[in-house]
Amino acid sequence: MNFPKELLYTKTHEFVKPDGNNAVLGITDYAQSQLGDIVFIELPDVGTKFTKGEKFAVVESVKAVEDIHTPVSGEVMEINDDLEANPNFVNEDPYSKGWLIKIKLDSPDELKKLLNLEQYKEFVD
Amino acid sequence: MSSEVNLKRTSIYSEHIKLGAKLVPFAGWEMPVQYSGIIEEHNCVREKVGVFDVSHMGEFTVRGPGAADFVNFLITNDFSKIVPGQAIYSPMLYEDGGIVDDLLAYRKSEEDILLVVNASNLDKDFTWITDLAKRFNFEVTLGNISDSISEFAVQGPSAEKVMHELFGESVSGLGFFRFLEVKFNNHDILVSRTGYTGEDGFEIYMENHLALEIWNQLFSIGKAFGIQPIGLAARDTLRFEAKLMLYGNDITKDTNPLEAGLKWTVKLDKPDFCGKEALLKIKEAGLTRRLVGFEMVDRGIPRHDYKIFKDNNEIGFVTSGTHAPFLKKNLGLGYVSFEHRKKGTEIFIEVRGRLLKAVIVATPFYKRKK
Repeated sequence: MNFPKELLYTKTHEFVKPDGNNAVLGITDYAQSQLGDIVFIELPDVGTKFTKGEKFAVVESVKAVEDIHTPVSGEVMEINDDLEANPNFVNEDPYSKGWLIKIKLDSPDELKKLLNLEQYKEFVD
Repeated sequence: MSSEVNLKRTSIYSEHIKLGAKLVPFAGWEMPVQYSGIIEEHNCVREKVGVFDVSHMGEFTVRGPGAADFVNFLITNDFSKIVPGQAIYSPMLYEDGGIVDDLLAYRKSEEDILLVVNASNLDKDFTWITDLAKRFNFEVTLGNISDSISEFAVQGPSAEKVMHELFGESVSGLGFFRFLEVKFNNHDILVSRTGYTGEDGFEIYMENHLALEIWNQLFSIGKAFGIQPIGLAARDTLRFEAKLMLYGNDITKDTNPLEAGLKWTVKLDKPDFCGKEALLKIKEAGLTRRLVGFEMVDRGIPRHDYKIFKDNNEIGFVTSGTHAPFLKKNLGLGYVSFEHRKKGTEIFIEVRGRLLKAVIVATPFYKRKK
């Protein structure tokens, strides 16, 4: 499994990649491998505001439907449009080609509650 | 998985582990749900050949002077029309016309019949069949041999070649729904030209102790044909594209075979069968709903139990639905009220609170080229 060091993680297998006041959100390598072949992704509209814990996307594999929740509050700045035609990008490369949304953080302090690499690895094992 | 108590394992469990299968509990068994990935496995069966360990399926013997008559009473299809060496697909019904299960009945002889039923219904089926035989005084002895029998399915365009190399011309030359008992290491095994994928293929029934060797031989022969192990998940998507029924989804005790589109398996001109009177009444009153296939027009995947709407009225529900791996479309099966059953009808599927457009299409979604 590939878990980059510079990312933050959640116990529900989302990753957060902080970038100043923004953050990129997606699902981890572990999450995509558990889901299997991903065939459909529903993303929110740009401009939608989410509170920490809310569902912001739905990822569907051939057999499963999975709600994805945001661990941080904020406004959607960008979504990964490529996933409409290529949902399999999340399987192939969850951290870069398979990112889901970019969010403008309401309170960057929320990042402190997330797991670092070591904590996440320990959780997955 | 360790929290699941007393899950049964098939005779080749250790092979699944070696092959890197993902195992899940299913109908009391620890079964391989996928190996390399559902889409790859699915397309391997459509384009090459795949092997399924389906040893969880139930096998019952029906023996005795009344065997053929009893099976003909038990099922809706006409068992009297088939000869020894032939198998038949059929539902069996409760008195009210609801479906107990669907099964394959193999006519070995007048007095020796093999029934193959769904693992998830095994205990219920055996009780039902035993009670029915007793209630109507059929001279039969019933046996549940499920735990001693392994079953593999070899499916796909190259299945015939693999079976030819392993068992010879007598097996590879079998006609559709014909079967043969052949010797393997001096033990009888049964091979039929049947399957649950919409492809050409075979099913092999053998005593558990033969399973490992047959499995290994299938792979060593099949290697040249690109053979792969196929899990239960792809088994479901394969049968779905071919519109083969899944009990618990498309057919249940609350559905009857006429509305499920299984009229071809119901012989109302037979002298008698369990559920016949109820079906005659249902037919006379007219069907109220029909199982149809549909394709999504809007983006979204239909799933089991999603609601179906027409003009903002609820008109039915989805029984099976997925992204079809070979056809690469989002497709579903579902019951809709009878007046809305026609091809080309625009319907709406409720997906996460939104109504998404779909259109009723011809089924099966997938039909192999001869």
